Amino acid sequence: MNLRALVVAAALAAGAGCASTSDDPRDPLEGMNRAVYVFNDQVDQIVLAPAARLYKNITPDPLREMVRNFFNNLDDLFIGANNLLQGKLEEAVNDWGRFAFNTVFGLLGVWDVASDMGLEKHNEDFGQTLARWGVGNGAYLVLPLLGPSTLRDTAALPVDWAGDPVAVHRPVDESNAATAFRVVSRRADLLGASQTLEEGALDKYQFHREAFLQRRRSLIYDGSPPRERPPAD
Amino acid sequence: MKRILAVALLTVGCAAQAQGQMPPDELVKGVMLDIQAIIVKDKDLQAGDRGKTIRLIEDKALPHFNHVGMTALAVGANWRKASPEQKQRLAAEFRTLLVRTYASSLASFGNQKFDFRPLRMKPSDTDVTVQVRVLQPGAQPVVVEYDLEKTPNGWKCYDVRVAGISLVVNYRTEFANLVREKGIDGLISALAAKNKAVGAQKAGAAK
Repeated sequence: MNLRALVVAAALAAGAGCASTSDDPRDPLEGMNRAVYVFNDQVDQIVLAPAARLYKNITPDPLREMVRNFFNNLDDLFIGANNLLQGKLEEAVNDWGRFAFNTVFGLLGVWDVASDMGLEKHNEDFGQTLARWGVGNGAYLVLPLLGPSTLRDTAALPVDWAGDPVAVHRPVDESNAATAFRVVSRRADLLGASQTLEEGALDKYQFHREAFLQRRRSLIYDGSPPRERPPAD
Repeated sequence: MKRILAVALLTVGCAAQAQGQMPPDELVKGVMLDIQAIIVKDKDLQAGDRGKTIRLIEDKALPHFNHVGMTALAVGANWRKASPEQKQRLAAEFRTLLVRTYASSLASFGNQKFDFRPLRMKPSDTDVTVQVRVLQPGAQPVVVEYDLEKTPNGWKCYDVRVAGISLVVNYRTEFANLVREKGIDGLISALAAKNKAVGAQKAGAAK
């Protein structure tokens, strides 16, 4: 598969997307987003998903768990910082406590001893912090290679990268190698979810968008968003 | 003789009532543990045998779902425009789609642990959300939430959210767009085509 074919396919899809735009106010750039989505999907099918399946097939479950824990542990520092920025002091202390225990007693994080002690893992990033500060989603965006996002979350990305120990690690080739490894590890955990997407969606693009927006909303409210009533019938 | 019959009727009546009044959190817990116990004992189900998995879902889980209500929520405002026959077909196709799609995730039920969250409800509540945290070795806990409403036949589930993603809401925009472009019948045939494609693909993969 050559890159030019991908670009042509993406351009065709963009045309198709523009022709049947859905006028969804949350997704004003749907035509462009669909083109990028098709491109990402191709990259996933050709490179990423096969790598993730291979990784899953050749490694035992406990090893993959250690890899997952190692990367998750590094995230806890910045997760704590975001909780602090959102005024959730107790959560921030929890996250940094996790990092300290797992790094020291969990062999640099490969064992998640903190969870066994009752220190729960959280999920935060700077996009969620901005949301807590009152910044709305903005337009839905599909970023090349990075996938679904929003205008707000995209604006937050440089801060997320600055707070990511893997991204700021030097020399840069070690950082790149670790990033690639982390991407494959995380993709392997999502193989089940992507199967659901294939089987359940009438239109993968819309299904993925709805799932992403719902998931973000849930994360912003730490798992308990205010209940949305269905439109009155 | 009459007295025995009366006692028998009374007993049956009480049993039925007791079942109808089973609190929603205990209902969810009972069904989930029941299904898990069956999967733990069955190698075919663990290996992801589709036919068997679908039969298990239909026997154990579906009686507690209000699939017409689920479909109505997913279809949204257009539901009122559908004829009774269209409503019936929509509900049947949507039910098949959900069962087929989520059957594949049931195999992993065997090695999961459930943390059933206490439900705070008033006796007068008729619409509640039951939370279960699913703990999997080496993964972040996933919160699954069941929305249930009280009906004369016991509590019935009308939506499930996994990690904050609602099965029903996820289809709402897609269904609305399809109805606008192709009408209710267009939505029905799109669902039927999807079910047929997934069914055929699965039958092929099984061989």
